Amino acid sequence: MILQNEIWLITLLGLAAVTLGFIFVIAQAGKPTDSNRVQNTANAIRRWWFLALVVFGIGVTWATLKPFPIPDQHTPLKAAQVVNVVAHQWAWQLSRNQLEAGVPVEFRVTSADVNHGFAIYAPDERIVIQTQAMPGFTNKLLYTFRQPGTYRIRCLEYCGLEHHAMMAELEVVAAARGDQS
Amino acid sequence: MSVPTLYPEDERLTRGERVVFNLYIITALVVFVLMMLFGLVMRMAQGTWLSLPPTLFYQIMTAHGAGTVGTMGLASSAVMWFFLRKYVRLNLWAFLTNYVLFTLGALAILAAVFIGGYAGAWTFLYPLPVHSMGEWTVHAAVLFMLGYIAIGVGFLLFYLDAMAGVIRVYGNLGRALGLQWLFGGEIDPVHPKTVVASTMVIITNSIGTLAGAVVLVMSIINAYFPELALNALLAKNLIYLFGHTFINATIYMGVIAVYELLPRYSGRPYGISRPFLWAWAASTVMVLSVYPHHLLMDYVMPHWMLVMGQIVSYASGLPVFVVTAYGALTNVYRCGIRWRMPAKLMMLSMYGWAAGIVPAIIDATIRINEVMHNTQWVPGHFHFYLLLGVLPMILALMFHVIAGRAQSLADATTDKLSFPIYAVGGLAFAVALLAAGHVSAPRRYAVHLPQWVPYDQASSIAAILVIAAMLLFTGRIIAGLLRAPAHVDPAHPAG
Repeated sequence: MILQNEIWLITLLGLAAVTLGFIFVIAQAGKPTDSNRVQNTANAIRRWWFLALVVFGIGVTWATLKPFPIPDQHTPLKAAQVVNVVAHQWAWQLSRNQLEAGVPVEFRVTSADVNHGFAIYAPDERIVIQTQAMPGFTNKLLYTFRQPGTYRIRCLEYCGLEHHAMMAELEVVAAARGDQS
Repeated sequence: MSVPTLYPEDERLTRGERVVFNLYIITALVVFVLMMLFGLVMRMAQGTWLSLPPTLFYQIMTAHGAGTVGTMGLASSAVMWFFLRKYVRLNLWAFLTNYVLFTLGALAILAAVFIGGYAGAWTFLYPLPVHSMGEWTVHAAVLFMLGYIAIGVGFLLFYLDAMAGVIRVYGNLGRALGLQWLFGGEIDPVHPKTVVASTMVIITNSIGTLAGAVVLVMSIINAYFPELALNALLAKNLIYLFGHTFINATIYMGVIAVYELLPRYSGRPYGISRPFLWAWAASTVMVLSVYPHHLLMDYVMPHWMLVMGQIVSYASGLPVFVVTAYGALTNVYRCGIRWRMPAKLMMLSMYGWAAGIVPAIIDATIRINEVMHNTQWVPGHFHFYLLLGVLPMILALMFHVIAGRAQSLADATTDKLSFPIYAVGGLAFAVALLAAGHVSAPRRYAVHLPQWVPYDQASSIAAILVIAAMLLFTGRIIAGLLRAPAHVDPAHPAG
């Protein structure tokens, strides 16, 4: 399952859980009972609810941050393919636009003018990775394309009146035999 | 246990207070409707149902963002003022000055956008305001930023006045927050939740607004003296510290209405507790330290700050899920409540806040932000907060006030129609945005690809529902506010 679909499923489940919780309480709200009993029960549940959320949060934090999803910006990434990217209002300047699948690519992304967002869209028009393009800074992004095809780069940080038209293409071709050994 | 008074004597407004309060509310309602119409126009343009040149689209987008955020601040500060003045002395001139400066700032912003052509988004991300490629002048950008400064000065005055009032009564801000009871001791059962929440907002939003002032002044100097260039990353940090804190403060001011009014409608005490004090103390720190979650895609940021952004985002959900929303649900569970408009709106606001946290926290995960950042997922989650969270809190107070003035607690026929339309429309609108984010539709695009258009059209229909309901709300509330105040509590007509 692609990442966006997993995110969507988790979100819908979370929204459904919150919705059901509210529907349950609202459905019960018209039937009065002793306040102290409700409060005591709620306090007891709250302790476990708090503990469960903390444990869950720590688990998710560990699972999503290890390995750290952003490459070290201060050491050479030693990728076999390097693309220097300079964003301009409203065009992308790429040092190359043909890449091999299965071989890590380092994108060195900066901007010549304002903030831009460097987002790579797969042939199915889903984002696979992104970083910001900032004047005065270079963000280093490491990505390995799994599937050959035409990928599109779109700007995802509002940069002026042609922001929506700021697009470039990357051709990702199958790796030559022996390259992935 | 006696039923709490719906309309306590100490909430009665003097003539002067009523005039200023009405000004706040009527202005806010009218601007909200206008901003919703701007939003509808943008969604219809993206959905190919309306032809809109990109120039105008981005101007409307800029006005929509600045106008909605500012007006949420204005209206929620009226909520805070309405209740806080019961506990500490607030000067009406400070409250009025905030309104006057807001109005002047809003006029400057509208002039900058629709006369000067400024379309640099509400976030004025350096150096875009002064790098428009000839689409607007530096003067238009500076006018926009001066408008922000005017609004910021107004809010700071209001907060400083509130801070002075709180310190006069409680000695210092820490005692007002209830820090002395965090680790033990008997909590004063009548220590007002309103004072705790207001103090948190005073601290955080004063700092946030000052951060905004610093970057605004630096940007204005840079506009006329370009050789004094800014560091783009530092400017971005200051802007998001300001923007995040300001918009979050609206929900923390708005929720005061729930703390004050919910027990009156449920008939059940909603007392202060140690978890409540911990929640607000923690939120004070977290709302100021969570803003790096807006910078997760700025890889050159110190990575510890990005980790902090993710972890603090997760932790920020705890006070809502474990204290505020949970406490509100506990308060109404089997309480025998009668669902009048204010109660319905308060419950909707708790739902909007709690539900909105789900997509927000998910997006604050660095790995997920890599595919969701600046897609329509982002407006999806904050429209949950704003449309279904903050605005219903504000509306709850409004409906409460007008019922008092009408001397009738019964909902009008229009309320029975407007509430479900608003709730369904708001939910559908937010979910349609999230769904568009799920298929990677970018935010802030004047033109959409064909595969994104169905989401735009669905949310346009949802927006029409929201606006229809909002027009009914606005008509009811303005008519109600302009009535002479009642002199009896409609819950106890015999006096």
